[in-house]
Amino acid sequence: MINKQVGDLAAAMLGIQSGAALMISGFGNAGIPANLVRALAPMDLTGLTLIINAIRRLDDCDAALFNEQRISHVITTAFRGPGAMPANFEAQWQRGDVTLEIVPQGTFAERIRAGGAGIPAFFTPTAAGTTLAEGREQRLFGGRMCVLEEALKADFALLRAQKADRFGNLFFRGTQANFGTAMAAAAEITVVEVDEISATPLPPEQIHLPGIYVDRVLQAPRLD
Amino acid sequence: MAKPLNRDQMAWRAAQDLPDGAYVNLGLGMPVLAASHAPVDRDIFFQSENGILGVGALPEPGQGDRELVDAGSRVVTLRDGASIFDSAASFAMIRGGHLDITILGAFQVAANGDLANWDALMADKGPLIGGAMDLAVGARAVYVIMRHQNKDATPRLVDVCTYPLTAVGVVKRIYTDLAVLDIDARGFVAREIIPGLDRADLAAATGAPLTFAADCRDLTAPKFDDGD
Repeated sequence: MINKQVGDLAAAMLGIQSGAALMISGFGNAGIPANLVRALAPMDLTGLTLIINAIRRLDDCDAALFNEQRISHVITTAFRGPGAMPANFEAQWQRGDVTLEIVPQGTFAERIRAGGAGIPAFFTPTAAGTTLAEGREQRLFGGRMCVLEEALKADFALLRAQKADRFGNLFFRGTQANFGTAMAAAAEITVVEVDEISATPLPPEQIHLPGIYVDRVLQAPRLD
Repeated sequence: MAKPLNRDQMAWRAAQDLPDGAYVNLGLGMPVLAASHAPVDRDIFFQSENGILGVGALPEPGQGDRELVDAGSRVVTLRDGASIFDSAASFAMIRGGHLDITILGAFQVAANGDLANWDALMADKGPLIGGAMDLAVGARAVYVIMRHQNKDATPRLVDVCTYPLTAVGVVKRIYTDLAVLDIDARGFVAREIIPGLDRADLAAATGAPLTFAADCRDLTAPKFDDGD
């Protein structure tokens, strides 16, 4: 019998090892898996790769991932802290302790989508003619210069949704889905924190992400 | 004495060019102000790249759903006919050429339409791209709202961008605090200029050759007290 519900954070985070690549969903304050991210910092992991839209959202999770020097590589669309002074992660990047791949947001989303959809690479007009395209394969399609982009995959994806059932089917509220649907398909193991685990199966027409992409579901209240 | 437009006036002017039925994405900062200045008798759908088509008004303070935010991370409401989707679908919509217009902020625009709006070469700060590069190549028309010059009076309308590019040759129209300009084969073409500003002074404030449209007229906007 399938039951993807887990009882606590330890079970939710089981198996994450040093050197793992982690996709973390969320945009603004919507769909941030803050309980799961906060549980990462004390786990004594090193050399993690984070694939996350905006790195400063980690601060909103009160997660000391950079303070604890857990992160070695970041793939993101926004690697900037608030204020004029460098944030801790910016300082670590400048010192070379953290390496960085900065990606346009649509390319970021599509690389993750491709990763879950069996597409190893694709061409996009985004970033053609910019410094981001330097040294990369570019080709003309229909008279338009395009850049080759490779798919992204990860060991774990961390998401927040409104509701799940025991099959791992998800319902998102508001703009919670954002990168989560693509990340869930692109990761080996997908862990989701939800407001509510429904005792009955979610109505099929209201499922935003089928349970095939979800491995673990933890009921946890929204932090903050 | 010519009085430059303030932020709301620039946004208001840009909003008047959004046609009934348009699907529009507004960038952070001044562009997003245009939503509140759009004529109310027009059905305009504002897209937010985190997954909304049909962003509505901001909720009353303390109201609204914190899991429903726009690309500026503001809690928002939805308008009638709105829909929600994920980021990959949102950027497929953007890149696929389905949006009529995007209005973006910029550091520099070149006379050939090159756009520089993502990297101001700040020391000590990490890079931030967001969705600008995708919007700039994906929307059918790219408009820019920005001040005509920097605070030190160096031009932001230039021959060649010195900041890193966001996209090549995409900008069609620019709304500044001094003028409305189009970009065509001639380069920058002034369509409207604020009353009292000499054409020679506008040309001097522009870092590339400036042409005046045959029907160039006054740029006027209602008074908005936005504190600047």
